Amino acid sequence: MKNQKLVVGVVATLVLVGFFAAAFFYNQSQNEKYGFLAQENAETFVRPHSPTLGPKDAKVYLVEYLDPECESCRMFYPLVKQIMKDFEGKVRLVIRYVPYHGNSKFVIALLEATKKQDRYWQTLEVVFRTQPEWGSHHNPQPEKLWGFLTEVDGLDLSKLKEDMKDPALQEIIKIDMKDAQTLAVRGTPSFFVNGKKLEQFGIEPLRALIRSELAK
Amino acid sequence: MQNQKSWYLLFSCWLVALVSMAGSLFFSDVMEFPPCSMCWYQRIAMYPLVFIFLGGLFPLDTSVIKFSFPLVIVGWLFATWHNLLHYEIVPETATPCREGVSCSTVYLDYGFITIPFLSWVAFSMIAVMLFLLYKENKNNKEVL
Repeated sequence: MKNQKLVVGVVATLVLVGFFAAAFFYNQSQNEKYGFLAQENAETFVRPHSPTLGPKDAKVYLVEYLDPECESCRMFYPLVKQIMKDFEGKVRLVIRYVPYHGNSKFVIALLEATKKQDRYWQTLEVVFRTQPEWGSHHNPQPEKLWGFLTEVDGLDLSKLKEDMKDPALQEIIKIDMKDAQTLAVRGTPSFFVNGKKLEQFGIEPLRALIRSELAK
Repeated sequence: MQNQKSWYLLFSCWLVALVSMAGSLFFSDVMEFPPCSMCWYQRIAMYPLVFIFLGGLFPLDTSVIKFSFPLVIVGWLFATWHNLLHYEIVPETATPCREGVSCSTVYLDYGFITIPFLSWVAFSMIAVMLFLLYKENKNNKEVL
């Protein structure tokens, strides 16, 4: 009788422990399978509208909050491009916006509208490169951008002007601003590596954080 | 000695029911497969068995056969029907499923092993062991 109770107790415990262990390992394997996107709050970092570069199943999701009119973002852009090159296939870049300057919203809408013509990254490149011309702080001349945009191969400017009127673009900016608030973004550029905030600003700390996430 | 054999038979029934319960909860609550109505009917038959068998173990009381057998038969019938649906021997239109999840959606498929198949095996095992227990018990009574 005593033995029998022991058998039942042990078996019941084993089944219970087995259940929770299996649940734990199952969830872990699911997390590995879907990586960063399986995290509970992943959508705060990556919205469906967000421009992305790099493979979807990348081990590292590099989220950059930027403002196209911000000089520091301009300075960082080639460094981020270098990161994408150095860690090719392992990092997925996600662009989010925080409009801190006077013409930021205008430029963000412009950038987002180029997606319709599949010229987003080429345009971003030109926007950043020519930023001192159109986005100088004491004399911003965003209309100058139109002249520079002719450099983007195959970009139809009159179509772009039409597409920019889409109110959905303002919605994107709103969502990004809200997420930026949730994530306590206080400046641009702000980086998140697999949801971890880059605490110490700088290119080397950013690379170190990416390497540590890749090593996991 | 005979008593011990009976006890282990009932214990095995309990174990099968317990593992079935844990397994089905794993499918629905961990893997998040939505249970279809057929699955629910089989759960209704299976889950109480865990507690009925446990009650019959301390002290051994073979009258649990009487209380559990109807559940086992009902569960077995549903499981059989569900398998026929699953392997498309019976068309889905002839089922009591209406909304939500289709009863013929295959969630787990390692060759012939599917969730309804596992359920059918569990009910069958319990039915067979209960029958053995019944026979064992009858013999004992005749001896007495």
